[in-house]
Amino acid sequence: MAEKVTLQTGHEGGVKGQVSAYFSRLKGGDMGALPAMAAVIVLMALFANLSPYFLTEINIANLFVQSAVLMVTAMALVFVLLLGEIDLSAGVTAATGMALFVKLTNTGWDWPVALAFGFLVGLVTGWVLGMFVAKIGVPSFVISLAFYLGFPGVMLIILGSGGILRLEVEPIKAIMNVNLPVWGGWAVLAVIVIVALVLSIWDRSRRLSVDLPVRPIIFLVAKIAAYLAVGGGIVFMLNLPRSLVAANPIRGVPIVVPIVIVLMFAGTFVLNRTQFGRYLYAVGGNPEAARRAGINVARIRIYAFMITSTLATMGGLMHISRIGAVEAAAGKIIVLSAVAAAVVGGVSLFGGRGKLFNAAIGAIVISIIDNGLGLMGFPAGVSFIVTGVVLALAATVDALARKRAPGMRI
Amino acid sequence: MSQALVQLKNVKKSFGPVDVLKGVDLEVFAGKVTALVGDNGAGKSTLIKGLAGVQPYDAGEVRFDGELQELHSPRQASALGIEVVYQDLALCENLDIVQNMFLGRETLKSGTLSEAEMEADAARALQSLSVKTVRSVRQTVSSLSGGQRQTVAIARTVLRDARLVVLDEPTAALGVAQTEQVLNLVRRLADQGYGVLMISHNLYDVFKVADDIAVLYLGNMVAQLETAKTTSNEVIGYITGIATDVKEG
Ligand SMILES: Nc1ncnc2c1ncn2[C@@H]1O[C@H](COP(=O)(O)OP(=O)(O)OP(=O)(O)O)[C@@H](O)[C@H]1O
Ligand SMILES: [Mg+2]
Repeated sequence: MAEKVTLQTGHEGGVKGQVSAYFSRLKGGDMGALPAMAAVIVLMALFANLSPYFLTEINIANLFVQSAVLMVTAMALVFVLLLGEIDLSAGVTAATGMALFVKLTNTGWDWPVALAFGFLVGLVTGWVLGMFVAKIGVPSFVISLAFYLGFPGVMLIILGSGGILRLEVEPIKAIMNVNLPVWGGWAVLAVIVIVALVLSIWDRSRRLSVDLPVRPIIFLVAKIAAYLAVGGGIVFMLNLPRSLVAANPIRGVPIVVPIVIVLMFAGTFVLNRTQFGRYLYAVGGNPEAARRAGINVARIRIYAFMITSTLATMGGLMHISRIGAVEAAAGKIIVLSAVAAAVVGGVSLFGGRGKLFNAAIGAIVISIIDNGLGLMGFPAGVSFIVTGVVLALAATVDALARKRAPGMRI
Repeated sequence: MSQALVQLKNVKKSFGPVDVLKGVDLEVFAGKVTALVGDNGAGKSTLIKGLAGVQPYDAGEVRFDGELQELHSPRQASALGIEVVYQDLALCENLDIVQNMFLGRETLKSGTLSEAEMEADAARALQSLSVKTVRSVRQTVSSLSGGQRQTVAIARTVLRDARLVVLDEPTAALGVAQTEQVLNLVRRLADQGYGVLMISHNLYDVFKVADDIAVLYLGNMVAQLETAKTTSNEVIGYITGIATDVKEG
């Protein structure tokens, strides 16, 4: 029998001890997604008061669809941001992949094959970026800026003089424009809750099997209850009829919602539970330490860039699904908003700190600002300004948290 | 005397025209702390980089457990059980203690990280060294003091099945109390049967924990003394070169 663990692991103590430990972590500057989550609640309350349309079923559904592209692009960027790198070209890479996809389908290719080529653009671009950064040592800001400048040109060549091509593939259009049946939304929620529950119980039983302390079970119950409350509320709202024309009822969870959730779960699984994920954080935290621990730092960097541009291509796919076309200017703005979203959500630009959930919640903050101010009749300019201010605020918090981290005094 | 865990014989290393190690002999025993002292530029760091396999020696013999060994890569060194704690420690501040201790050698189960197992093993490794100063093994390293970081770096070598732990100035950046903690830890390491080779500029520390003192002077091993049978004046004499007539290479 192995010796009993007597050192603290952070799981000891009852509800009170755990809660006070949580608050002392918060005081230590480890706030994670909390500020952004608070911002979501405050902004929702604010706009609900200021505009009668904000909390309508149709607007909430719109908000989900509008924020999906930003969420996915922001989550994509997390992989390079964790390394302290950036990929400014993620948006235009995605757009170029989608331009190729649409062009190929319009010239008679089977759409799944064409789509594979579209994603290949992302994969290969990520690999090239990664090689430049990891093997040659070109700063990612510069090399991705080069792609940012160059790819719109490639797109113009693909799209021809019109600069725009219509998407004619119905299954792709469905992503953003078709809703799940009422029962489908509940089924998605059930699957999410079951997955979360199984993972939690699995983790718990593994701790118990090696004789480690576990948190009071009430926390698990509370977590599942929170999932059910928030998720149930959203599904319920999205399942209400929201058409402006009574004869043509629209209801149900948009198909894009489960897609975003699956991406987030899968990505989070990779980041939290695989060796690759661990190495991503390690390289972002201290590349030299990672190297000495035997980690192939260059390979991790290259994979990160490949994941970022491939996942961003997923965002591009959602974008053309929503617009119903691909245009030459696509992907230029979104990447900047996505960096903003990630930082607002609590992902550190200095590398080593952040989760996909942070990026998603940051994207929601920015989408709410955009949506809410738009509803109140402000011109788009105001929304840009507010978003800029919020980003400056978040970046300041990030820098201060880094300064305040007690370990930095060496 | 029992067989040395590590025995270096006539080890040499040059950088271009500069001979940094000019035929060094050294013995490190399991269960003992051997201090490696010498003035700046004497070649201490070069000597341990050879042991770590990161900067192989040009010539000379390395015996481990009495057997002749090749040391040309860090992999070979760590396969033998030689683990080096460098002065900069090489910890990831954003990761917690467990994650740092297992970095690069994570325990996996069907492709996913076995967090619970690693946490328990890391905690036991720390306990085996009687470490009580960390609040939680899930604290991030950024929240640890310098002494605690040194502790984590040292405990990591235990987890990696080290037999020889090499420490480059483990107390250099520490205050009085933390120096004390780390020295105690170094002592316990040896008491548990590990061989310890510790570079230090601080003779007080050396006399406090070391069993043997090896003195490098301009790339020559001018003395390997038993702590109990020497004085700090004698050691200083060797370090500064007053006590010896060194043939300049
Ligand atoms: N890679 C290298 N290339 C050239 N010269 C080197 C190299 N590494 C070390 N040296 C030289 O070898 C000599 C010994 O260096 P070393 O770092 O081993 O000394 P040290 O005993 O560790 O000194 P300190 O106490 O200052 O750490 C120095 O003169 C140094 O300049
Ligand atoms: Mg040195």
